[in-house]
Amino acid sequence: MADIDTKDPVYVTDALIAQDIDAYLDQHQHKTMLRFITCGSVDDGKSTLIGRLLYDSKMIFEDQLAALEADSKRVGTQGQEIDFALLVDGLAAEREQGITIDVAYRFFSTEKRKFIVADTPGHEQYTRNMVTGASTADLAVILIDARKGVLTQTRRHSYLAHLIGIRNIVLAVNKMDLVDYSQTRFDEIVADYTAFAQSIGIAGFVPMPISGFKGDNITGRSANTPWYTGPSLIEHLETVEVATAVDLAKPFRLPVQWVNRPNLDFRGFAGLVATGAIKPGDAIRVLPSGKTSTVKSVVTLGGDLPEAIAGQSVTLTFADEIDCSRGDVIAAADAPPEVSDQFEATLVWMADEAMHVGRSYWLKLASQTVSVTVHQPKYAVNVNTMEHVAVKTLELNAIGVAQIATDRPIVFEPYADNRTLGGFILIDKITNATVAAGMLHFSLRRAQNVHWQATATTSATGSTRTWGSPRPTGSRTSAGSARSPS
Amino acid sequence: MAKTLTHLERLEAESIHIMREVVAETERPVMLYSVGKDSAVMLHLARKAFYPSPPPFPLLHVDTTWKFREMYKLRDRMAKESGMELLVYHNPEAQERGINPFDHGPLHTDMWKTEGLKQALDKWGFDAAFGGARRDEEKSRAKERIFSFRTASHGWDPKNQRPELWNLYNARKAKGESIRVFPISNWTELDVWQYIHLNDIPIVPLYFAAKRPTVERDGMLLMVDDDRFPLKPGEVPVERSIRFRTLGCYPLTGAVESEAKTLPEVIQETLLTTTSERQGRAIDKDAGGAGMEVKKQQGYF
Repeated sequence: MADIDTKDPVYVTDALIAQDIDAYLDQHQHKTMLRFITCGSVDDGKSTLIGRLLYDSKMIFEDQLAALEADSKRVGTQGQEIDFALLVDGLAAEREQGITIDVAYRFFSTEKRKFIVADTPGHEQYTRNMVTGASTADLAVILIDARKGVLTQTRRHSYLAHLIGIRNIVLAVNKMDLVDYSQTRFDEIVADYTAFAQSIGIAGFVPMPISGFKGDNITGRSANTPWYTGPSLIEHLETVEVATAVDLAKPFRLPVQWVNRPNLDFRGFAGLVATGAIKPGDAIRVLPSGKTSTVKSVVTLGGDLPEAIAGQSVTLTFADEIDCSRGDVIAAADAPPEVSDQFEATLVWMADEAMHVGRSYWLKLASQTVSVTVHQPKYAVNVNTMEHVAVKTLELNAIGVAQIATDRPIVFEPYADNRTLGGFILIDKITNATVAAGMLHFSLRRAQNVHWQATATTSATGSTRTWGSPRPTGSRTSAGSARSPS
Repeated sequence: MAKTLTHLERLEAESIHIMREVVAETERPVMLYSVGKDSAVMLHLARKAFYPSPPPFPLLHVDTTWKFREMYKLRDRMAKESGMELLVYHNPEAQERGINPFDHGPLHTDMWKTEGLKQALDKWGFDAAFGGARRDEEKSRAKERIFSFRTASHGWDPKNQRPELWNLYNARKAKGESIRVFPISNWTELDVWQYIHLNDIPIVPLYFAAKRPTVERDGMLLMVDDDRFPLKPGEVPVERSIRFRTLGCYPLTGAVESEAKTLPEVIQETLLTTTSERQGRAIDKDAGGAGMEVKKQQGYF
């Protein structure tokens, strides 16, 4: 407790709050947001690190702190010191077991950013929880116990983070206080991890020596590691690029969630802009019909907008009356996504009941829900060794690659290009449970990957689309995001 | 173009996305409206999500008859302004037996709110109910999904929640089952205040400091809001400058002494304060450290 430096520059907001609340609010109003996950084994000090981040950013109030101090003495594992882990161990059952059993979300903020942390468990049987937490994350913090080095779990967590497409990886070598802040030990671990990361295609990562328990290199540079010249954890989290900035550079896509018809004179198409930007006058194409029009207005309660960008929920109106309903995708007219009904995909199985080859499931991708059947997996991936294993089905927490076939064409993009149009869930038709998460690699049939003809039309009936000629089955249209090293 | 959305813009977009999914995928949604600041934000987001249509679902207030008078006033005003139907439900058994917070302790919350909510959802056959709970409020809520399933008897099973990936929500359910949906799950208390500030959203004046009649009981500062408040022998209401950080039934909601009369001042005080929001509420302290988790399993929101 005594080593906590609350005067750290990252958190000197109190003075501003007290002196000039308007200035503070103005600053807070312009913060961006970063979502990240922390992955580690049970004893890597993950909960302690998150508890520390909350504590340092003053997200712990006095009454919670009083309860924490009492609990630390009663059930804590740190003797008379504060056990930060108790702050984040939420449900009664897991407090008894001393482990975290599900995904929990935590919040804190600094001068520059608001953070949402997905706290995910390290147990092998909980692969599904980590994949769930990672699906909304821009960044992953992979925790390693400095005494133990790169373990099987480390490899597993890194593989999963990479599989789900997280580009920013922090290798947090924790518990440096227990190895006397040894640079040699740190370098050894980083070298080990580098070899592994390269082998699975992780392009880059940021290693840092920390101690969640003692607070080293969390908010500021620690005097205990003079040999370390990189950023502290918070400095890095505050400056790393967020994914929405990347999405903005891609072609415009908006999956239609709901058609807004308050009266006969207004027809608006409501949805969240997945990628790109759109403004009145821009040419759009509605998929899968292929019909085109131009955007008339971007409607919101606060007045029409000059532009809508990736990440915003908006309502669009068109210049022409063309068919468009839930499940359709509004796209830039000159760069539409593909339409297909057969794919190769990575599946993460999340249900106790194993996958049934040939059974029909619901597939939900953006606002499209269709029937789908899954073929026998080409292979499963051993998440500990990354080896491909021949399997007949996928059990709980198994990850595999398989062909899937939908009962009608869907609008999609490879997951590597577009998380919204490439990520999906499978739903059991009887129990309604979410049984799998999936990521599309590519279409196996390009029959419906058409070259659109000019089809601007005001007719409300009759399809005017013109399909292009089929191409050979099995041609790859894009690299998958989820391939393992060969 | 270097525009990056701010955290509030991203939170707003997420909440609107969630509400539209519910309207598209469920048969009879309803918005639980408790008249507090979180409800105020949720209602505003709903109006944004469906503009220029009014939100295509009614507001439901599961009333206990013990809310602050100012809350009833704002409730009726907001229903009118939003163009939404307002449904008010009173548990007939609680009404008949005169269940009140002074004489019946935890039974008051159980009968009026927990039982009342279940009865109301059954009565109108709602299959999805929006609630304004946030994950930063309380430990068990940090682990609850945005789409949280309830059995036909309204129970919650924390170990059997559906995984929620990306922004894909599985709204499928069997007949009789329902979903509680929390569109502002990822907002913090500060986000809520800031959003109210930026969008000029009307809130109950009790959030601002004013001289009000109070008595002190069990370390809590209670407001004497009407003459049903039974004063103990020798107890005399004292005028104090107070405000509320959270609003519920007035005999169960503790006030804080404050001079914060404007929204920035309230936010300032909130940020500098060192006690958490729910401390003013008696409910979290029931059943040891796991009060809310147990209540949720029984069907409390």
